[in-house]
Amino acid sequence: MEFLSYLITGISLGSIYAIIALGYTMVYGIAKMLNFAHGDVIMVGGYVSFYVTIFAGNNLLGEDPSALATGAVALVSVLLAMAVCTVLGVVIEGLAYRPLRQAGSLAVLITAIGVSYFLQNAAQLLFGANPKNFTPIVSGQLTLFGGQLRISYVALLTIVACVVIMLGLTAFTGKSRMGKAMRACSEDRGAAQLMGINVNATISMTFAIGSALAAVAGVLLCSYSPVLQPTTGSMPGIKAFTAAVFGGIGSIPGAFLGGLLLGIIEALAQAYISTQLSNSILFAVLIVVLLVKPSGLLGKYVPEKV
Amino acid sequence: MKKKFFALMMAMVMALGLAACGGNDTSTTDDGGSDSTESTGTAFKIGVIGPMTGGAAIYGTCVANSAQIAVDEINALGGDIQFELLAPADDVNDAETSVNAYNNLMDQGMQILVGTVTTQPGLSVFPLTNDDRVFTITPSASGDDCIENNDTVFQICFTDSNQGSRSAQYINEHFPDAKIGIIYKNDEQYSIGIRNNFVAEAETRGMDIVYEGTFAEANQTDFNVQLTAAQSAGADLLFLPIYYTPASAILTQANAMGYAPTFFGVDGMDGILTADNFDASLAEGVYLLTPFSADAEDELTQNFVSKYQEAYGEIPNQFGADAYDAIYTLYQAIQAAGVTADMATEDICDALIEVMPTISVTGLTSAGSEMTWDENGAVSKDPTAVIIENGTYVTP
Repeated sequence: MEFLSYLITGISLGSIYAIIALGYTMVYGIAKMLNFAHGDVIMVGGYVSFYVTIFAGNNLLGEDPSALATGAVALVSVLLAMAVCTVLGVVIEGLAYRPLRQAGSLAVLITAIGVSYFLQNAAQLLFGANPKNFTPIVSGQLTLFGGQLRISYVALLTIVACVVIMLGLTAFTGKSRMGKAMRACSEDRGAAQLMGINVNATISMTFAIGSALAAVAGVLLCSYSPVLQPTTGSMPGIKAFTAAVFGGIGSIPGAFLGGLLLGIIEALAQAYISTQLSNSILFAVLIVVLLVKPSGLLGKYVPEKV
Repeated sequence: MKKKFFALMMAMVMALGLAACGGNDTSTTDDGGSDSTESTGTAFKIGVIGPMTGGAAIYGTCVANSAQIAVDEINALGGDIQFELLAPADDVNDAETSVNAYNNLMDQGMQILVGTVTTQPGLSVFPLTNDDRVFTITPSASGDDCIENNDTVFQICFTDSNQGSRSAQYINEHFPDAKIGIIYKNDEQYSIGIRNNFVAEAETRGMDIVYEGTFAEANQTDFNVQLTAAQSAGADLLFLPIYYTPASAILTQANAMGYAPTFFGVDGMDGILTADNFDASLAEGVYLLTPFSADAEDELTQNFVSKYQEAYGEIPNQFGADAYDAIYTLYQAIQAAGVTADMATEDICDALIEVMPTISVTGLTSAGSEMTWDENGAVSKDPTAVIIENGTYVTP
């Protein structure tokens, strides 16, 4: 029973990593760049949701709000967070990355790191460095097997959200016009442009989707571990990046699988080996996987012609 | 053109980043400052170092405010001994920043240091005060290493070893059958120190520790695994020798899991009720070992709490009470040593070190008893534990 509850902890943590990793992997697949500011967009999403909830709690909801009203506020806070993050993602792309489209990949990488620090410090300036206690968007837990196994609703919601997002994205990239354009851009940007695809718009769209996902991830992350501060996104961001590489960067099912595995490995390593070594074990597994399969679990190996 | 634009962008990002870093420097001078300095010109210059921003800011600001109250009270007596409190120096609970803060205060002519507020920065600053021969009285840096080898440093709070063993003693007396779980932070000396002494004392008393979990700075927001493990190990009392920010995450996540042991914290738990947006109902029934309760009825506490509320609109925490006591201890030590503000800093220091083990002070944090110090600088006083009920501290 213990094992089961560690496993569920791992899966729900992994689902959060997976949602973040989807953002990394989509941007990488299409724009061929590592958007290191992605983790900090998560943090922004968390803050937006936090302040919307606070505002609603102080001004709109009465003393003893009904479950329906709090649910509605939670939903609105998530939607607003998504809206803000979408705009933020598109603005970041337009201001910081688009001018560097023809520049070397190193320049873009450094810019991404710069944007990441910019967001962190701007958040510190705007919201203060004091950690905030995020009120989870759902509370309570499911009790199974006569109280032996308890699963918090947040964990369940996270897992469900992740599966829905992953299925939705797969369908979107596979079936829709925009999705086809994205795949075309990822295969050959020049050829896609020649076929009449607006590459810049497609990349903007990718950032918009990735950032909206980051907002969802931010709200789920903060509901799961309720301390919100300007650096909230950086560690999960790095781990999600690892998950994306682990699963094969550029691949959507790969990000999903990588995220889940990473979460499970982390939780089980913490539980059965050592809480101190869990991160080391995590990254050691990454190294082993990359040694055996350099393109990640589900990544395609593309030989480069010289 | 592109390159120039890029360089400009980077420069902007960097400049903004730096500006944001520096944006939290508190160079604000507290209002209600001491006006006596102009009249005599021979006031002792006292510096305060502590976290005025960041995760532990609640401690540092309370220490600075409370020290100000005590200084104003003493100056208002109009005696020969007058204090001038320099603007509190922010260390963001960071060792390197703390050393800079110390150097800054020394440049301003500090003669006596009331600080640091937390242990980790203190471990870097105290060797400097020892070398510079600056008399130091720390309200709340409780690490054993803070006073070890630093003969200039005296503590108002208990050392960690005292906190750990006193907690074990209290738990053993009040919860004799408890199955104890411990979650501590293994990259913070404060937490490790208390945990080690707690475990040592618990072993000699034959107490039942069923689970020990750790966390570090990088993962101090997620405790699901540790809590699940503690729960399945059957721990019905969770000892948390950590600060209140991770503790608030633990309380929230334990609640989400439906795990409800008795939580027992130490002085770092103080402040949990005022954590930003924390659902204080989760802290109901939490025990903490603290020498100060703002509800205490004695005249000294009432006077301090009402003055603090009037000036700053908040209820002071234990760190503030420690700082208030630190200033009064200083006052008493200066009286006993007969030093004056125009003496050299090292002479003041040596004279004060000499008298510290001989004086005894009744203060806010001494629970009716008297505080005395040994030659190392460790304080001896009675500990008390409080329980949180209806959002306030109540003596059980």
